[in-house]
Amino acid sequence: MSTAAEQRSARAPWALTAPALMLFVGVLLIPLAMTVMLSFHDWGQYKGIEPVFILKNWREIATDPYYAEMFWRTFRIAIVTTLLTAVLGAPEAYILNRMSGRWKSIFLLVILGPLLISVVARTLGWALLFGGNNGLVNKLLMSAGLIHAPIPFMFTETGMVVALAHVMMPFMVLSVWAALQRLDPQIENAALSLGAGPVTIIRRIIMPQIMPGVLSGAIIVFSLSASAFATPAIIGGRRLKVAATLAYDEFLNTLDWPLGAAVATLLLVALVLIVVGSNALIERRYAEVFR
Amino acid sequence: MAYLELDRVGKQFGTQTVVDDFSLAVGKGEFVSFLGPSGCGKTTTLQMIAGFLDPTHGAIRLEDKDLTAIHPAKRGLGIVFQSYALFPHMTAAENVAFGLEMRKVARSERTERVRAALAMVGLAGYEDRHPRRMSGGQQQRVALARALVIKPSVLLLDEPLSNLDAKLREEMQIELRQIQRTIGTTTILVTHDQNEAMSLSDRIVVMSQGRIEQIGTPQETYERPASAFVSQFLGKTNDFAATIDRTRAPALLMAGSWSAPAPIGLSGSVTVSVRPERIGFGNTGLSAKIITRIFQGNHWLFQCDSECGPAIVIRQNDGERQPVEGEAVRLAWRPEDMSVRGGASA
Ligand SMILES: Nc1ncnc2c1ncn2[C@@H]1O[C@H](COP(=O)(O)OP(=O)(O)OP(=O)(O)O)[C@@H](O)[C@H]1O
Ligand SMILES: [Mg+2]
Repeated sequence: MSTAAEQRSARAPWALTAPALMLFVGVLLIPLAMTVMLSFHDWGQYKGIEPVFILKNWREIATDPYYAEMFWRTFRIAIVTTLLTAVLGAPEAYILNRMSGRWKSIFLLVILGPLLISVVARTLGWALLFGGNNGLVNKLLMSAGLIHAPIPFMFTETGMVVALAHVMMPFMVLSVWAALQRLDPQIENAALSLGAGPVTIIRRIIMPQIMPGVLSGAIIVFSLSASAFATPAIIGGRRLKVAATLAYDEFLNTLDWPLGAAVATLLLVALVLIVVGSNALIERRYAEVFR
Repeated sequence: MAYLELDRVGKQFGTQTVVDDFSLAVGKGEFVSFLGPSGCGKTTTLQMIAGFLDPTHGAIRLEDKDLTAIHPAKRGLGIVFQSYALFPHMTAAENVAFGLEMRKVARSERTERVRAALAMVGLAGYEDRHPRRMSGGQQQRVALARALVIKPSVLLLDEPLSNLDAKLREEMQIELRQIQRTIGTTTILVTHDQNEAMSLSDRIVVMSQGRIEQIGTPQETYERPASAFVSQFLGKTNDFAATIDRTRAPALLMAGSWSAPAPIGLSGSVTVSVRPERIGFGNTGLSAKIITRIFQGNHWLFQCDSECGPAIVIRQNDGERQPVEGEAVRLAWRPEDMSVRGGASA
């Protein structure tokens, strides 16, 4: 092949990806870099944003225990949500996988259906059921005399975890489902013929093989929960803030953009570290199952 | 006496009858193959013995005990699946040890038996490999070791060699036969490969559409096929339309210009089948013309056009002169080399 043609073919991939690359740089990398820059700027009630390089915001986050508590809450909620989706979603996917033909497609639709509805609508649904004295469930239970005060749900971490778990469940189910598809259809019969009971089959044969699916589902759920905005905003409101809602408030209510940018950057960095780290761990641990 | 007995076993899925009236008695230590085309119900029958499916009718007995009443986990059968179904997250040794663990065999004995089983299938030194890092043939051996290590009363093999390439398959056939002869486990093999069935088994059960066509030794089924299906399925064969003439004495069986003394007890039109390697070129017999001749190393394959329709002839490459394409020949065979079907009893 001539060198000219070689040069042309070497340029071709770049030329072909250029539009997407430009979009990526334009709407993701540049704003991201600007956000990081912003977190080092100064801000005052009356002077607004000053484009200087100081560590004020970062120092504030590092020293004020308010932020530590808020970040700890964010990750606590994400962890509990992840555990809840794993504990409920993995068996759900397994049962779904064992269903036959028509029932399988109906229930798959039931599980994936929520993805078609806006997160806001779904979370407001929880608020309608459990929101204070007027919540439907609370009203019913109170009029039945089963409880005296409304079940605490709104503005609680429990409420946030429940609503988030509901929103995130399809991701876990789909991820485990994908792992189940890779299972040899005769694997359970093989274990059965060797004398294993149903509990042993699940514990020794099925679980280890779907674990990569559970873990990759967990990574998705964890990162989406830790950075979720709509659900914590509706359930937690101003009273129970997480990182995403705090950053939002700093940007739009306090107008302290630099501080909000620092919070957002920290959340992003922490998430990237956690996700990349656990992904590497999982791949090492489950090398045999992944291949 | 029958060790494993299937008594008029049937299986229906909805309205579809997949296995029908399947009766078979397997002796202790015997190697029996289920042979038939795809979808004829071989796997279904095997799964009923294994207990993964319940028969709709009939009984399955092992040593005169009703096997269907026993839970599959308690039947103590060794099974090798077509896909092997090895546990990918366990090493070869852990795979083999699983059945022993379930039987609560003490650790020291377990290690010893696992080592011996892997050595028997030629995998000594592969204890710590994971299945996905092994070749198809090696995985197949692990599956065999896993099934044999529990000392099963019956070994069930569902097309265990079909995923291997031709050469490896032949090697594994020889090995499988040797292992089976050495330890003497009663074995049932499912296959749709007639060569595999013939080279491995003591007896073959030829199946078609859920029914048994013939049960017999490899030679019997090959040389005395009970039906057109069996003769077609087990290797190449020539079917010629023939008539039996009882008006003259002695009575004659005639296929075109080939004739022989008629077999006793038959008359009218019949079908004779002759294996291609049993037909020779002679001075008398069925007149035919060679259409093509194909050289296949140790033998020649001739496709002929005879008075009774197309015919195939296989001749050893013994250095003799062979007829060429377009040559007119006469096809002849010995009466004992053919099987005669149909006709009215006389
Ligand atoms: N669970 C099932 N439900 C309905 N029909 C089934 C089921 N399992 C098998 N069949 C049908 O039963 C017939 C026999 O199937 P089986 O698996 O026993 O065939 P086979 O002889 O093992 O074929 P192969 O050589 O392709 O493995 C097929 O026609 C198949 O469609
Ligand atoms: Mg089959």
